[in-house]
Amino acid sequence: MSGRPRILVITGYGLNCEAESCHAWARAGAAPEAVHLSDLLADPSRLDAFAGLMFIGGFSFGDHMTSGHVMAVRLRHRLGPHLERFLDRGGLALGVCNGFQIMVKLGLVPGLPDPRASRLSPQVALMANDCGAFQNRWVRVRFEPDSPCVFTRGLDTMPLPVRHGEGKLFVPRKAVLEAIEAAGCVACRYIDPETGAPADRFPANPNGSVHAIAGLCDPTGRVFGLMPHPEAYLYPENHPTWDFEGSPRDEGEGLALFRNAVEFLRAG
Amino acid sequence: MAFRIEIGLKSGIRDARGAGVAAHARAFLHLPVAACRTRDVYLVDGSFEPAEQRRIRTAFADPVACRAAIGRLPPPRVFDWMIEVGFRPGVTDNVGRTAATVVADALGRPRDAFGGVYTAVQYFIRARAGAALARGDAERLARDALANELIHTIRLYDAPGWAAAPVEAAPPLVREPAAPQARSVDLSGSDEDLLRISREGILSLSLAEMRAIRDHFDRPETRAARRTRGLPETPTDVELECLAQAWSEHCKHKIFAAEIRYRDATTGHEETIDGLFRTFIRGATDRIGRETDRLVSVFSDNAGIVRFNERYHVACKVETHNSPSALDPYGGAITGIVGVNRDPMGTGMGCELLANTWGYCLASPFHAGAVPAGLMHPRRIRDGVHQGVIDGGNQSGIPWVRGFERFDERYLGKPLVYCGTVGRIPCTVAGGPSERKEIRPGDAIVMCGGRIGKDGIHGATFSSEELRHESPAQAVQIGDPITQRMMYEFLVEARDLGLYRALTDNGAGGLSSSVGEMCLLSGGAELDLARAPLKYEGLQPWEILLSEAQERMSLAVPPDRLDAFLALAARREVEATALGRFTDSGAFVLRYGAEPVAHLDLAFLHGGCPKMRLEAVWSPPSVAAPRRPRAGRRDGALRRLLGALNVCSREFKSRRYDGEVKGLSVVKPFVGRRADVPSDATVMRVEHGGRDGLAFAEGINPFYGDLDAYAMAASAIDEAVRRVVAVGAAPDGIAGLDNFCWPDPVASDANPDGAHKLAQLVRANRALYDLTTAYRVPCISGKDSMKNDSIRGGRRISIPPTLLFSTLARIEDVRRVVTMPFKAPGDAVYAIGLTHAELGASEYHRNLAAAQGRPEAFGGAVPGVAPAQALALYRAMHAANGAGLLRSAHTPTLGGWAVAFALAALGGDLGADLDLAALPVEEAKLDDDARLFSESNSRFLVTCAPDRARALEAGFAGLPCARIGTVRAEARLRVTGRRGVLRIDSPLPPLRAAFRRTLEGI
Repeated sequence: MSGRPRILVITGYGLNCEAESCHAWARAGAAPEAVHLSDLLADPSRLDAFAGLMFIGGFSFGDHMTSGHVMAVRLRHRLGPHLERFLDRGGLALGVCNGFQIMVKLGLVPGLPDPRASRLSPQVALMANDCGAFQNRWVRVRFEPDSPCVFTRGLDTMPLPVRHGEGKLFVPRKAVLEAIEAAGCVACRYIDPETGAPADRFPANPNGSVHAIAGLCDPTGRVFGLMPHPEAYLYPENHPTWDFEGSPRDEGEGLALFRNAVEFLRAG
Repeated sequence: MAFRIEIGLKSGIRDARGAGVAAHARAFLHLPVAACRTRDVYLVDGSFEPAEQRRIRTAFADPVACRAAIGRLPPPRVFDWMIEVGFRPGVTDNVGRTAATVVADALGRPRDAFGGVYTAVQYFIRARAGAALARGDAERLARDALANELIHTIRLYDAPGWAAAPVEAAPPLVREPAAPQARSVDLSGSDEDLLRISREGILSLSLAEMRAIRDHFDRPETRAARRTRGLPETPTDVELECLAQAWSEHCKHKIFAAEIRYRDATTGHEETIDGLFRTFIRGATDRIGRETDRLVSVFSDNAGIVRFNERYHVACKVETHNSPSALDPYGGAITGIVGVNRDPMGTGMGCELLANTWGYCLASPFHAGAVPAGLMHPRRIRDGVHQGVIDGGNQSGIPWVRGFERFDERYLGKPLVYCGTVGRIPCTVAGGPSERKEIRPGDAIVMCGGRIGKDGIHGATFSSEELRHESPAQAVQIGDPITQRMMYEFLVEARDLGLYRALTDNGAGGLSSSVGEMCLLSGGAELDLARAPLKYEGLQPWEILLSEAQERMSLAVPPDRLDAFLALAARREVEATALGRFTDSGAFVLRYGAEPVAHLDLAFLHGGCPKMRLEAVWSPPSVAAPRRPRAGRRDGALRRLLGALNVCSREFKSRRYDGEVKGLSVVKPFVGRRADVPSDATVMRVEHGGRDGLAFAEGINPFYGDLDAYAMAASAIDEAVRRVVAVGAAPDGIAGLDNFCWPDPVASDANPDGAHKLAQLVRANRALYDLTTAYRVPCISGKDSMKNDSIRGGRRISIPPTLLFSTLARIEDVRRVVTMPFKAPGDAVYAIGLTHAELGASEYHRNLAAAQGRPEAFGGAVPGVAPAQALALYRAMHAANGAGLLRSAHTPTLGGWAVAFALAALGGDLGADLDLAALPVEEAKLDDDARLFSESNSRFLVTCAPDRARALEAGFAGLPCARIGTVRAEARLRVTGRRGVLRIDSPLPPLRAAFRRTLEGI
């Protein structure tokens, strides 16, 4: 595919990062389109025209009944088969924060093959932060070089903001965690900014996530979700200590994930 | 028919909510609680087959982490008490509403095919081994931490009791058998009767106002007209309530409109002021407005609008929500923030929301004395207020840009909860200027958003009253950010499609105020109250009219676009209902079905309220000064100031607010290498891809008001202005907002010093006029709250007079802004602006007075402002910033230079060697304590690269500006006194610890 790949950005019901998410895709060379979920549900075949899909951050349905839960119920019941078809034909999907929570609830990530369960069943959970409260702070993440994730290819570490109350990854069984690691589904981890090692303590690990997991992809690497917000670091001035830099960067580091995705789509 | 679902985490999974409850119980209630496990309860009202019930259960719970049961889950193996907290009938249950959409989605049924879902939370409490937790302890935990009995119900069981209790599934439904009907009210009695009617109806109307209403309805022509309209001769309850709303202090600002006789008791000078607002606030803005084209719409709409660039205007409004927050801190505060969001949303053709601000004036969270019956402990108020604004802002997707807290014991009676919102609006909307507000006769009156219940009835009149023990529970509303977010997105869409002609929000007074005021634009309105969608049956017509149920906007929709408007609303799941039409009849006409219930002439409704006449008498208070401490080092004093409640870090609570959604932030509320010191002002972009932006700041210092309210107001305005100047704003691009929160300034037997409080109000307003005209910073919007007193147990607690002044300023290029931390070793440090002996009511004096056991002895000269000199400095600062000379810029506030030095050093993780002898002063003999701690206004601490020092000095030639030292790599602050004695010599870690410790974890 050449030109500007079309990206569907789903909005509505308390999701709220549409402006920065669309701007990120546009700056990365894609053609984003914000579509209210009610319009998509009225005509789910619209999904067929898009190369990529983004579940953005926000507070879908107020995050009542646990974050992302109610949105996932709606998507599973009213968009399920269309979503599966979109993924089967190689569509790209990105979820950030509430979008990641929705993807986890829908079982899109880690998306390990499980013959005993239906495709859109959750395998892990994102639970209340260990500190017991919503946190907005900057963390450093490391993108895992061995992950198949197409969004994080070639990226090393990056400072990014987190803004969530339920980001602690919980994996019910040890075997599942091992399978996730073995498949390279851990695309990024929180690290200690001093040592570079995976962080197990607050605030470097802001939520108490197991194995310091900050984001997961599926085994194909085309479906990826993370708690930190790359779309909130599009300008150098988003960084909390940009004012100490002698010569600021040209752009925010978060754009790199979107550029990777566009490059992947263009390469077809 | 309802059934019950219980959902709990699988055993062995950490319960963060429960852990928080247990920790809170131990730390603040001193109860021996070992553990707490929690569960969510859903009562689903409707008739469902067993298979449907199972599908609902499956849809409600996360299968990975939770287990769920229809009926009851087995309880935890060991627990001592089970506390279940549900909502009282009619209280907003946001989670319940969301759960109802899950039922609809899971079953594929329409939302109105079943009753609803009602939620509760269970807390299973286990006592520490060997410790006893009595029933009274469990009750205390329930009442003081888990529930507010104004809005919640509590069920408490011990373990055997819970096992034996029947499975309760009855939802808390409202049952109001009364048939809706308007009643007429007899006003023919004595003055005492009139006052009783006002008091018992919570109308808050004075005798003069009640008489004006009686006389209006007594006129022969009124009576004749009413007979032909089928209305009783005496006013209906709908009419009386509507007038009470329109004439309330909250809506009419009667004190700010009153004629005031002001007398200075010392000089004997007397004068008459024909309205504080007209004379000083509007007067100043009108004068400034004649010289600038920046003002697009001021004082006439829900928020003030100023020009930003060629694409956008910006709008801003700051509100208070004090009384509701005293009764239910969480509900009151979340309503405060989502409520003020609707102000820019309802301004002009409707703004997009950019940013929120918050600020709280509270009693100390460490308050150890008694709390009067009926009031909450200030820590609980603080926790609830923060959480309400956190949830309201975060769930709405609006970042916070400014937040402050001020602590004083006098806020025990009434907390002040400020919430502000900034919006942007394209200069042109649907082919016309976006600030326009017009309505044509024939346009439909449409209400959209949430439904109407009894929530918040009499909120407007109630906030105009002092807080009494029997203050009404209905005055509490609970905001619903998601319903509002959905409405907001729908309205922006409808706006850009040109589907409506005008809109405004439903705030205080509900439809009574929104439609009652909107209809001035067309000249009348006719509305059928029976068409309004209700949360439950049984509301009286006047209750429908007055309800302050949240998340509602009122619109004028042209008849040919009504269908399209309603269709889009339905697609976006936003309730919208046409209630009637705007007319040009000159009257506000209300029906309930076919029955006429009100006919009010607009001229009387909006112009019939008699003007108040008030007395103000000023005599300056006499306040002793603290004893001067011995000369010597001031390291300890500096640490105490950094840790003082009004100075210390607020980072712990602030991190729970989302400050970065939208991705536009440039200077955040916290800056520095470790992002842990407060910025002077915050800066954000206004649109993606833009280089220009906005800076925000505020000034507030109620303590100076104890010496002179003029100085308090002047200092607040100067602080708010110099903060945005510090980051790089041009002095001629600043706009202001005023929020006056006052104790009742109307003298009466119960309020003997009312004339003094009114004199303070006059002086603060005069300062506002003087400063804003001198700086040419127009007030574009404002608000007053005039009854911030509480009478409980026979004790009157009045807040200190408090003026919050907020500023917003255009920033030409956000990449050039300057922040406060020191940046590099070797940089030259400059002090700009004069330091005077102004320690009166300063942080230093108040701490000293408290330490000396005489907290009331904080006196001394209060900081003044010399606006002409200050403006010259501000222009020079802007020029220096434009020339790229400044590496850092910070303006001292509480704690003076000493705290400013420390914070700039902490921010940069860099030390400094500084010399107080070099400070620009007028009196060379000024002692070191005054040099360190005086809170003189209009000063800056700046640094520049050594090779730019000469250019910087040239820029400030002829102004008070002097090099006072150098930034050092070693993390140590050294400050030498005027005779060469070392006054401060401290490594940074103890300073940082002092600054961070006080409110960490609180």
